[in-house]
Amino acid sequence: MTTTTAAPPKASRPTKAGKAVTPVKGQTMAQAYGLSEAQLEELGQSFDAIRARITAELGEEDVEYIRRVIRWQRGCEVAGRASLFLGWLPPFWLLGATALSVSKILDNMEIGHNIMHGQYDWTRDPTLSAHGFEWDTACPGDQWRHSHNYLHHTFTNIVGKDRDLGYGILRMTEQEPWTPKALINPVAAAILAAIFQYGVMLHDVEFEKVLSGEKSREDARATLRAGLKKSGKQGLKDYVLWPALTGPSFLPAVAAGATANLVRNLWAFMIIFCGHFPAGVHDFTVEESEGESKGHWYFRQILGSANIDGGKLFHIMSGNLSFQIEHHAFPDIPARRYQQVAGEVKALCERFGLPYNSRGLTRQFGSVIGKITRLALPSKPASVTAEPTGDPTPTTKTTKTTKTDRSTKVAA
Amino acid sequence: MISEFQLTVVHSIGNSARMSTEAKRRPRTARQVLQNAVGVVDRLVAPHGVDRYLELVRPTWSTTDVRAKVVAVDRSTPGSVTLTLRPNGNWGGFTAGQHSQLTVEIGGVRQTRCYSMANSAQGGDGTIELTVRAHPGGVVSSYLNAESRPGLVVGLSRAQGEFTLPKVGWPGRPDRLLLVSGGSGITPVMSMLRTLCDQGSTVPITFLHYALTEDSMIYRQELEALAAGHGNIRLVRVFTDAPGTGDLDGFLTAAQLDAADPDWASTRTAAFVCGPAPLMDAARALYAGTERPENLRTEAFTLAQFAAEAGATGSLRLRTTGSVVENDGGTILAQAEAQGLSPLTGCRMGICHTCTRNLCSGVVRDAVTGDLTAGSEGLDTEVRICVSVPVGDVEIDL
Repeated sequence: MTTTTAAPPKASRPTKAGKAVTPVKGQTMAQAYGLSEAQLEELGQSFDAIRARITAELGEEDVEYIRRVIRWQRGCEVAGRASLFLGWLPPFWLLGATALSVSKILDNMEIGHNIMHGQYDWTRDPTLSAHGFEWDTACPGDQWRHSHNYLHHTFTNIVGKDRDLGYGILRMTEQEPWTPKALINPVAAAILAAIFQYGVMLHDVEFEKVLSGEKSREDARATLRAGLKKSGKQGLKDYVLWPALTGPSFLPAVAAGATANLVRNLWAFMIIFCGHFPAGVHDFTVEESEGESKGHWYFRQILGSANIDGGKLFHIMSGNLSFQIEHHAFPDIPARRYQQVAGEVKALCERFGLPYNSRGLTRQFGSVIGKITRLALPSKPASVTAEPTGDPTPTTKTTKTTKTDRSTKVAA
Repeated sequence: MISEFQLTVVHSIGNSARMSTEAKRRPRTARQVLQNAVGVVDRLVAPHGVDRYLELVRPTWSTTDVRAKVVAVDRSTPGSVTLTLRPNGNWGGFTAGQHSQLTVEIGGVRQTRCYSMANSAQGGDGTIELTVRAHPGGVVSSYLNAESRPGLVVGLSRAQGEFTLPKVGWPGRPDRLLLVSGGSGITPVMSMLRTLCDQGSTVPITFLHYALTEDSMIYRQELEALAAGHGNIRLVRVFTDAPGTGDLDGFLTAAQLDAADPDWASTRTAAFVCGPAPLMDAARALYAGTERPENLRTEAFTLAQFAAEAGATGSLRLRTTGSVVENDGGTILAQAEAQGLSPLTGCRMGICHTCTRNLCSGVVRDAVTGDLTAGSEGLDTEVRICVSVPVGDVEIDL
């Protein structure tokens, strides 16, 4: 047969391989990926179908799972506190500090974060209810529910609207113009990592909005007061009451509490920064996201998130935020389900020519550190200022991808 | 003339004086000492609280919640199950005729229903007895009938309800009782009867009960034994599906009441009716024509009916704001905002759960999935108002 078998693949869909592309000037992200409104709608329906199926399946198994994690967390908490009564003996100190670290990580990530998303509201168990839950960290639950569940998850990676993009401290996108302030990026990031729980707490005070006059001083003060009150209670427990109870082990117990908080801070910082800042993750403009369809919302969530490869224990300790893409598509579905739908989500990405950004922790976090460092220096926002080549079709864009984009593992 | 105002002032002065000295003193009772200890422990186990640890040791352990363990299960009456439960120390007892909200987890989802205690409120060993009839399609009643076993732990509310015995025999008070029940509505009046028997009461009691058949009549043998052993109890059984087998036939009418208890309309007769809606409607209609309609008390547990016809009917009542609007078919959030309210909201698409509110009564349809959710007074039914559309009359805690 001498027909069209040898014809080259059609060039109109350069993103078929699922590589990250960068829009040229004047182009929206959806245009860069060659997706029409109808295709976006189809994408949205496909994701809605997964969601409906999983929602219908939820049951005893999911409740049993989260209760099992809770039992482990409470067990670690009790074991940690108990060990520290012998905290002047190094093995017991180490055991205590480790158990408390694990307890805080489980509490904040797999339990608190996920319960406060409303992932278990369907159980009608008040102890698993998004509104009733309070977690073992400085930020009061209700403040976080606003800044995270609403602002971050609704406006994911929209520059100027998603305050998780650099937390108002770091320059994390080329779209943000460089100022000398960005020079402290690496130092600021290191400090933020060490005191992450307080960073999250102060996040909702929205200092930058107070300065710009968008938020009243009274509102900010009330938020801050609630945050400090919660921080005080946490500090009282970790650094005064428990150490005092241990008597002669007071100082080792204080040190163990501080260690546990530090370990949790570093771990949470690392996992969370790997969710949206590795190379290949896209930012969006306010304009292209204004009045978006549900399909475009899914599209934005997929392109604005990155996964971390790892084993079962790693996924649990990261609160399944290692499935950040699935989490952003289905934020209120129990996180243990993300792994189950990951294959389908990846296949959909492939079908629609979208990248499915998933790599190991070292590569993702290395990439985040690279970005933090690179953006400390003035850089040309390559993608945005790039001149159109005169060819309006996006066929040439694969050659324009930035250096870091190339390393993104593709869905295929 | 001493006014009520003066009395109030005297009372409150007395109160504040006592409070101020009390505040300086150390806690007086063992309970206060315990409460203070719990306060310190709560700080140590913050932010979750001591109960979140206690319940992992034993599911019934709690410093605040009432929980109970099933200690015996009796399925001797076809179609219903009688559970004996041992509540924890937070159960404050009950008065005959009261009910409790029982919460049980089915398929990972907590379900709550009201059940009346059926045992005597007098004495006893601290256990309570609930009898549950399996209703076709009833999630909780079917589960309890099929799955109950000793060791099952359920949540309870403290006893509640005004459907309770008056102080009979006092001057000017009723001194005769008419207890009417249908099907599983027998439980509160059974508790009244058992309590009066345990108290050695001699007031005349007519116990009129409607069951489908003799076999399905709950507590039949015990009732027959009580009636035989107590001269003041008259038992009248009606088997509506098997005419001729009971003491009377048919449904509640004036003639039937006359036959069961000729003094039913007397001002000295207190009547308690619990059962299906038609029975209660008939009783209300009959007592409306008597000299003292207030002598009739009724009790029923029915969830809001699914008025599945959509369209924009009924009205939306905002409980906290106190306003009522004609339902326009939009989401509760949209309708509240049209009222000029700005309730706490987030994504407005059902994902972030920021706008969740308690549905006090009525039915809402999930605009995304089409699922219907019914709310009922006293039950916590949380709905996301941004995706909830009222179906008929709805009251929301907003």
